[in-house]
Amino acid sequence: MVTINALTSRLQAEHPMGASTDYEDIPGTYVFNTQRCKSGYLLNKFCKSLDIAANRDSFRADPSAYLDQYAMTAEQRQSIEQRDWLGMLKLGGNIYYTFKLAVFDGLTMQHVGGLMSQMTVDEFRAMMLDGGRKLDGNQSRKTNLQGNS
Amino acid sequence: MARIVAGVGCSHIPSIGAAADNGKEQDPYYKPLFDGYGPARDWMKNVNPDVIILVYNDHASAFSVELINTFVLGVADQFEPHDEGYGPRKVPTVIGHADLSAHILESLILDEFDMALANEMTVDHGLTVPLTVMFDKPDAWPCQVIPLCVNVIKYPQPTGNRCFNLGRALRRAVESYPEDLKVAVFGTGGMSHQLQGERAGLINQEFDKKFIDTLADNPEALLKIDHVEYMRDAGSEGIELIMWLVMRGAMQSPREAYRFYHVPMSNTAAGLICYEETH
Repeated sequence: MVTINALTSRLQAEHPMGASTDYEDIPGTYVFNTQRCKSGYLLNKFCKSLDIAANRDSFRADPSAYLDQYAMTAEQRQSIEQRDWLGMLKLGGNIYYTFKLAVFDGLTMQHVGGLMSQMTVDEFRAMMLDGGRKLDGNQSRKTNLQGNS
Repeated sequence: MARIVAGVGCSHIPSIGAAADNGKEQDPYYKPLFDGYGPARDWMKNVNPDVIILVYNDHASAFSVELINTFVLGVADQFEPHDEGYGPRKVPTVIGHADLSAHILESLILDEFDMALANEMTVDHGLTVPLTVMFDKPDAWPCQVIPLCVNVIKYPQPTGNRCFNLGRALRRAVESYPEDLKVAVFGTGGMSHQLQGERAGLINQEFDKKFIDTLADNPEALLKIDHVEYMRDAGSEGIELIMWLVMRGAMQSPREAYRFYHVPMSNTAAGLICYEETH
């Protein structure tokens, strides 16, 4: 049996177009590949359910009972309960899904951007007004490590 | 015969729609953006298309993780705005062109682009924001709109080359439709941005400007950009720019009518390019 992990590694090694698939080298980035899509399935389904106003009301009224409907892992559930935005991504969440929970909480993408990068929302907004996060120093894990050694 | 008369590349940042919906166009943060859209709106009035084929991505709205399609064509008579957590945007219902969309669907599949079709779907900010950008706030959208969704969320997205070739097939489909119709193609999304992770907020103005500079006259150079390069250099969500390549593929000899670029809009670089077909 081929696991999704093994399949992903093989596809990365033998990309039919010969294109680079070394996306795990991009720092601070969790590419929503087939493996993450599978492992985060129920977490993302929960987030998606918040599109419906009646579901938002139920979740607001009794978060724990609402989450019981989604048999996700304890870690995934904890990341949701603790609003660990980075943790959700690491456990297979996709930002367009997790952002639905942020909208539920009354947060903007700039709040979430700040929370994922250890900045206050004001610092994050100021960085954006200054032209955004720069590519320099944020391009490659390998290069960053070499630069630090 | 139907013909493609114009192409538009346009960011579809949700805060643009929210600003328009809440009448904030004159706020200092939004004014430069909406001022920049003015000439494009004037230009669009002259183009006056009968139908827009609007290439965008659904953001976990009409579609979810149960079934992920690479390309989907909306063939319904109409499409309602999706509730993205704030209630649906109070914009007009999007009216489709069922006959043309059915023709395009069949033409594309026979041309070896195996589209999924949606007989029923809502449309999110990815589709409605570009309409707001180009048409402001009319009581009804001034033309019919055919949604064409591209998966840009789940890796691997289609390659830029595939998107460009889809655009070329789209042109063949339009040109084989017997009714005289003026068609515009919108490629939306981008420009550089990253929403997720510790690298959230990434903007690469150099990448964006080069992309716009190259798109009209040398699109082949852009077709070589692979997934890693988009995600690394334009941000993990900057890969949405592959949808501009569908639009460019549908244009034969574009002449630039207008361009506008503004940083920042929320967490994103906002770009706009308007092309007239000269062929």
